[in-house]
Amino acid sequence: MLKYIIRRVLQTIPVLIGVSILVFSLMHLIPGNPAQIIAGEGASEQTVRQIEERLGLNDPIHIQYFNYMSGVLQGDLGNSVRSGRAVSDEIATRFWVTVELSFYATVLAVFIGLMAGIISAVRRYTLADTAIMIVALFGLSMPNFWLGLVLIDWFAIGGDWLPDWAKLRPSGWGDSWRQVILPVITLGTGGAAIIARMTRSSMLEVINQDYIRTARAKGLTDRIVTYRHALKNALIPVVTVVGLEFGGFLGGAVLTETIFAINGMGRLTVQAITQRDFPIVQGAVLVLSVLFVFVNLIVDISYKLLNKRIDLN
Amino acid sequence: MEETILDVRGLRTSFFTDEGEVKAVDGVSFSVPKGKTLGIVGESGSGKSITSLSILRLLAENGKVVDGEIRYKGENILDFSEKKMRSLRGNKISMIFQEPMTSLNPVFTVGQQISESLTTHQGMNKKQAMAKSVDLLKLVGIPSPEKRVTQYPYELSGGMRQRVMIAMALACNPEVLVADEPTTALDVTIQAQILGLMKDLQNRLGMSIILITHDLGVVAETCDYVAVMYAGQVVEYSDVRTLFRKPRHPYTVGLLKSLPRPDADQEKLVPIHGMVPSPFNMPKGCRFAPRCPAATDLCREKLPDLFDDGEGNQVRCWIYDEEWPGPKEVDVFGEKRIAQG
Amino acid sequence: MEKKELLKVDGLKQHFPIKGGFFGRTVNHVKAVDDISFTVYEGETVSIVGESGCGKSTTGRAILRLEEPSDGKVYFEGTDLASLSKSEMRKYRKDLQIIFQDPYASINPRQSISDVLNEAMEIQNVLPRKDRRKRIIELLETVGLNGSQADRYPHEFSGGQRQRIGIARALSVNPKLIICDEAVSALDVSIQAQVLNLLDELQDEYGLTYLFISHDLGVVRHISDRVIVMYLGKIMEIGDKKSIFDNPKHPYTKALLSAIPVPDPDREREHIVLRGDVPSPIDPPTGCRFHTRCPFAQEKCRVDVPELIEHDGMEQGHEAACHFVEEIASGQLKPNYMETASF
Repeated sequence: MLKYIIRRVLQTIPVLIGVSILVFSLMHLIPGNPAQIIAGEGASEQTVRQIEERLGLNDPIHIQYFNYMSGVLQGDLGNSVRSGRAVSDEIATRFWVTVELSFYATVLAVFIGLMAGIISAVRRYTLADTAIMIVALFGLSMPNFWLGLVLIDWFAIGGDWLPDWAKLRPSGWGDSWRQVILPVITLGTGGAAIIARMTRSSMLEVINQDYIRTARAKGLTDRIVTYRHALKNALIPVVTVVGLEFGGFLGGAVLTETIFAINGMGRLTVQAITQRDFPIVQGAVLVLSVLFVFVNLIVDISYKLLNKRIDLN
Repeated sequence: MEETILDVRGLRTSFFTDEGEVKAVDGVSFSVPKGKTLGIVGESGSGKSITSLSILRLLAENGKVVDGEIRYKGENILDFSEKKMRSLRGNKISMIFQEPMTSLNPVFTVGQQISESLTTHQGMNKKQAMAKSVDLLKLVGIPSPEKRVTQYPYELSGGMRQRVMIAMALACNPEVLVADEPTTALDVTIQAQILGLMKDLQNRLGMSIILITHDLGVVAETCDYVAVMYAGQVVEYSDVRTLFRKPRHPYTVGLLKSLPRPDADQEKLVPIHGMVPSPFNMPKGCRFAPRCPAATDLCREKLPDLFDDGEGNQVRCWIYDEEWPGPKEVDVFGEKRIAQG
Repeated sequence: MEKKELLKVDGLKQHFPIKGGFFGRTVNHVKAVDDISFTVYEGETVSIVGESGCGKSTTGRAILRLEEPSDGKVYFEGTDLASLSKSEMRKYRKDLQIIFQDPYASINPRQSISDVLNEAMEIQNVLPRKDRRKRIIELLETVGLNGSQADRYPHEFSGGQRQRIGIARALSVNPKLIICDEAVSALDVSIQAQVLNLLDELQDEYGLTYLFISHDLGVVRHISDRVIVMYLGKIMEIGDKKSIFDNPKHPYTKALLSAIPVPDPDREREHIVLRGDVPSPIDPPTGCRFHTRCPFAQEKCRVDVPELIEHDGMEQGHEAACHFVEEIASGQLKPNYMETASF
């Protein structure tokens, strides 16, 4: 097992290098002179030169990459071309906001998704099953920016038990569950729907396996057969989905954060893009990608732990 | 007369599908004497596996026993509540299956899976159950049982897994063991180990076995009584010697004639022409009539009963009834049979 | 009359790499077939029997180069198939056909039977297009199907009928050798007998040669002229049917034959029960591959690989790969263990 973990960790190295190259190339893949784009249309020749100088854009490309990477490895992601602050500082204040949002959304998605999926599978082909699956289909097909706007309209503007729209504005994050609940629902609904469907189909598949018949032939109650014998096997593929969902939420946070004006990584990235602040974009994408790779690593390892059938070699 | 432990009469099991009712088992009767082995033999689609699942009431959701009786020690278990039935399953009547590779739960250890029967039916605590599991593994001939008990199924070979299944089935000292093609998925040298083990355990523990198989060699060597099934019905029931020495139903005769024998040279096999009828389109009369060389109009029109010869042997064929309209001497796949009446 | 060699397998090896380690390099090999040689003469049926993992199916596939063999030569009418280029090999595919256990898996379900047969003939260019339809009807009738069924689809047929379609497809290109890989194993006895008889008749009619791969010793006894017994990638014993079934010399063959349940309740039989399971072909035992389970194993068996040779007292062409054939036969060598069982 340890050998597998080591191998799996080592395998992330080439992935991370690839990610870093891609992120680094962002600036150079855009047509035209990046310095010119950063400076804007009417900037003087001299301003453009200064920016080129500051960002080291005149060096050969591999030197630039080397310089960038040596900075990254020391925690230096460069400076924002707008505010002049260190990119790492800009990210640091917002990173945990996004992780927290994604984490709550994942918890919500897992909780609702599993419950709904199990009920659906156990009561398959009943009214409850059909109802859950229809709701799940809605949850899946609803774009989350739309869901976010609807929730704001219904509960924050129309209702009075959640802070109203005005108070949701950037007053920080996490002050109270009331501020958390709407964005988390917005972000987590799609995930819950996916997990519900996945759990259901996985359970239905497992229920038809030979070992479930064996368990019944032992004289166990339906309850034990379902929750001990079937569920443990059915959860194995669901774990992968949960991990991927968490990763997806990190990216999905861009929209949700924008709608709810939450000052997280997503919003930072969107702002940086509109302001053509390349170092911030690079830094944010790099951090999110590394996080995603890391989450995937954890998923793979837990999958292995759960699924003892997979040959460890 | 031997004591009968399990007696099945007129069993009919159907599956209700979108295309209509499938009568998978449609008239099955046999009895299982105490401490003996009954073989249920038949080809695919004969309903032999459904029969075994009906006995434990383990049918899929759309399956239902629609008629008949299954008497265990005189009581009809089809009348039992689900709770009472559960107390029988894995305890008094247990079952092993064809695919040892997929019949064990991959995420639990061997010990956990055997223990479960013991904690469920015998009120043991986990520690006692685990200790008993080690004994059971020893009983079924698994080397270093203390180590095996903590292993997962994927760490065991097919033969070992079938031994584990047997250990699990025998955990509560059942009176009846239903074995559904227990060695079909195994190689012949491993099959010999498992069949030898089952016979040995039967001699020691005295349980009755219902062995479902398609292999006539296995039947001949392991069974005391045999029920031959065709298209959902028992067509012949007799003791094993009578069945092989003087099979009476034309299907049984044909089956034996078409078998390539490992113990003798045959010039030519005698096949049974045609194929098994579709369950959606069963013949009106005898189900074997379309493939039977001796079939008469009576056979095609009217389904025969299981006729008893007064010695406990039964056959579902008009030849052995007074109504038989055909010749006195009947040629069945090259063998002569003397008609009744 | 001199028998004509049709197929000669010489030193055939099939080792499948196992990937692993940090960078997915090859860490070991599954030695599925490990240096086997045999000859098949024209017009005969040679069977390869053995338990799962013995390499019998791999052998069939390696001969046809469905998987490229790791080493060795496969002469077909004197030409080494293993050394041919892909396009040269294609020409020979006409002469060597294979029938699988599950013909359904190898037939495109969206093609009608006539399309399936037509395609086979098209690839090998065996008949002008205009004559093919007639030939298809003819082929179907040859294998006992109705010519009017030509335009039906595979799912409309039963297992036995599909196997007949598989046979018709093999026949469509007028092959010389047909490899039957567990071709009747999935069929019920009554249907199996129909197909076995059909194979018999076709052999007489077209002078076909069969390499018959099966684990069912009853079927093998019925259909074969000669039998090859394999264990863990090696040939243990080879000989004509009579020698193998009535006078087996290798302890493995004896145990294998003894283990079969016989459909005769009057014969009280004690079966030899071998200890343990078949070892992994990744790290097969040294010396004789069977020594870990052999009741007669000696120190020499652990070290030296026995040659497949004709020992004293064996018929011509009957060979066994065992160091102690004579000693066991004379009773000089006593078994280390003898477990038997009656069922």
